[in-house]
Amino acid sequence: MVEFTLWDILRNLLLATRWTILLSLVSFVGGGLVGLLLLFARIGKRRFARMLAVGYIELFQGTPLLMQLFLAFFGLGLVGIDVPAWLAAGTALILWTAAFLAEIWRGCVESIARGQWEASASLGMGRLQQMRYVILPQALKIAIPPTVGFSVQVVKGTALTSIIGFVELSKAGSVVTNATFLPFTVYGLVALIYFALCWPLSKSSQILERKLNVAHRDH
Amino acid sequence: MTYQFSFAWIIQYWPVLAKGIGITLELTLVGAVLGVALGTACAWARALGPNWLKPVVAAYVELIRNTPFMIQLFFIFFGLPSLGVQMSELTVANLAMVVNLGAYSCEIIRAGIQATPRGQFEAGASLAMTPFETFRHVVLLPAMRRIWPALSSQIVIVMLGSAVVSQIAVEDLTFAANFIQSRNFRAFETYIVSTLVYLVLAIAMRQILSGIGWVLFPGRKA
Repeated sequence: MVEFTLWDILRNLLLATRWTILLSLVSFVGGGLVGLLLLFARIGKRRFARMLAVGYIELFQGTPLLMQLFLAFFGLGLVGIDVPAWLAAGTALILWTAAFLAEIWRGCVESIARGQWEASASLGMGRLQQMRYVILPQALKIAIPPTVGFSVQVVKGTALTSIIGFVELSKAGSVVTNATFLPFTVYGLVALIYFALCWPLSKSSQILERKLNVAHRDH
Repeated sequence: MTYQFSFAWIIQYWPVLAKGIGITLELTLVGAVLGVALGTACAWARALGPNWLKPVVAAYVELIRNTPFMIQLFFIFFGLPSLGVQMSELTVANLAMVVNLGAYSCEIIRAGIQATPRGQFEAGASLAMTPFETFRHVVLLPAMRRIWPALSSQIVIVMLGSAVVSQIAVEDLTFAANFIQSRNFRAFETYIVSTLVYLVLAIAMRQILSGIGWVLFPGRKA
């Protein structure tokens, strides 16, 4: 019988935390890019693209992330791709993140006063120019706090990928528990590590919100 | 060889799915009622409660909001028995959902309370109401009306998040899907059907919750 010290447990959990961080970064960056495309479709002039974006967002916000992971895991397999867990996890998380970020950013863009659109249109700017030079620079400032806040949801979302077999912090927690029979200690530590990852993000979101003073600015 | 989709099996497994839907709804109902009650109590404690209580509630809220629901569930299910606390899967799932929604709704309701103009508190005090009476009769209702949309979406999020309880063998909708796909090996179709069921539940719940809002908190949206 091997004895495990607290350090053994913590070390193994921390090694697995690297994968949680990596997956979170990939999902957030990838989701941001896809989300930007969705945003343009959602607020664009084309009716068809707009409805497609609405449907996409509704679908991904109205179903459990766990189901999306299952569908990515088994669905990609049907197309004939041999699906490793990381691929299914990354795909599902990127698509899921994109839906939420697009919706958050839409709110920010729509909070920009109508007059800004009209003013830039009267200067002869095209739609893309309006977005690039007038709307997005202003919307960006409003968007930063909720975007940082949502990154917490992404980090927490990665925990679900353990269910389809991606070895990150949560999966490592189950594995270490099975080896040590110390669920209280192990899951306690896992929770603390997640907290250490998420709390600074939550806090900075709050601080940014206060700093940019978005809530009390009148348009 | 291309894959042949088939959904004909659905009729055979309908009772399994129906039972799963029932348990998911039951979990959501208990979680929503008790969770919002806990959240209201915590919001009162954080906004207006005694000073020693505030940091305790703040720690609870921060701890829950910054850790994944699945880990909270596992901690209660696997971790607490080593302290001698034994509960059935269903009780654990209910408890985890209440604790989780309690923390989120605390923050939402607190925002509603803090948006109440100071004059309302003063008006209550000038009518010789105790601070608790003022909270109960003057502050809470408009606050709830204000934040009801946010609270509704949080309840829907908790319902969707409850998919994870299948991992501790609670026989909810996801558990039913896992069971069916292990029998018929049609994983993709099974998960498509259960995902669509979740989507319908989410959309229906949003409608029902907004209806409940109209009935419970009538009047002008502030």
